[in-house]
Amino acid sequence: MTHPPDAVLPSASGAGAQAARWSDYLALLKPRVMSLVIFTALTGLLCARTPMDPSLAVVAILCIAVGAGGSGALNMAFDADIDGVMRRTRRRPIPAGRVQASDARGLGVTLSLFSVGMMGLAVNWLAAGLLAFTIAFYVLVYTLWLKRRTPQNIVIGGLAGALPPLVGWAAASGTMPLNAWLLVAIIFVWTPPHFWALALYTTGDYAKAGVPMMPVVRGVASTKRQILAYCLLLAPLGAAPAFTGLGGRLYLGVAVGGGLGLIALAARLATIRPAEGPLREGHKETLYEVRPEARPARDVFAFSIVYLFALFAALLLERLTGAPPLFARP
Amino acid sequence: MSDPNSEDAAAARARRGRNLLLAAALVAFVILIFVVTIVKISHNVAHAG
Repeated sequence: MTHPPDAVLPSASGAGAQAARWSDYLALLKPRVMSLVIFTALTGLLCARTPMDPSLAVVAILCIAVGAGGSGALNMAFDADIDGVMRRTRRRPIPAGRVQASDARGLGVTLSLFSVGMMGLAVNWLAAGLLAFTIAFYVLVYTLWLKRRTPQNIVIGGLAGALPPLVGWAAASGTMPLNAWLLVAIIFVWTPPHFWALALYTTGDYAKAGVPMMPVVRGVASTKRQILAYCLLLAPLGAAPAFTGLGGRLYLGVAVGGGLGLIALAARLATIRPAEGPLREGHKETLYEVRPEARPARDVFAFSIVYLFALFAALLLERLTGAPPLFARP
Repeated sequence: MSDPNSEDAAAARARRGRNLLLAAALVAFVILIFVVTIVKISHNVAHAG
């Protein structure tokens, strides 16, 4: 795989180029992804139950946010050719010609180095090492290696998005106990059904861009079965923190209710007959031309976001209100 | 056909916005280093005492 040089993309300095505004550079940092990273990292940091200077806690969260932003900018720099093809991403600053890919790379590297260095100097080097690993994994392993090569791209690459609670926990306590890894495992197992549900109804875009997402390569039926399998694994895993001294009654209720809801939606998606979906006529399900099934897939995608948010919000709420966990920590 | 003067003005506005953001980021960085230094020194002094 080769990534195209800047010359094949619209040049930000060329004739007719729009001047980059500060908001374009902010968009390079993927603020929506960053907000989820901040939320899960903060949950990890508070769940560590280790006294920490509040200003250093703010610095730790800031470093994690900036590191996520840096890796987002690097991802956009390397994926600009793909982004320019897909409807969802073609208005991003680089494919739209407002920012040069080289500028985004510079910004990404600078922010990544700053975040890791600052985390090490101000907080601790375990958290800094984990943050560096997360950024490197997202950029080198997911973006540059897996994304264009295998339908397992987001399964393995999902580790990068799953690590922020561990980084937060390590920032607070300097340790990586099993409960922190449990939070990582929940996000890791949540990632494939979430992105595959999205891919089911944007599959034409991924096919056009040559990204081997699961529905593009293995087909719709296989993807739906795999989404259900992951949801069946995710529901009990999501409830597990209630039995390891991490979550309380509220958490258990949210995890059980949310898990059952997710399984129900995934089962509906897996069992729905093709004729019931909003299908396009005359298209056979082939390697790069699979039929989108909008609504059930979109429901799984949307509910998966609510589910993950609710799990971490319950943990956060219990921690902030001092609600006791159901069981003592081992 | 677009007016080159208005394009120049738009580019100047965008540049000014970027420069202000960079200035704010640099000021924030200085404040951040100051706060971290004070917290670390206070922590060390408290442990030494």
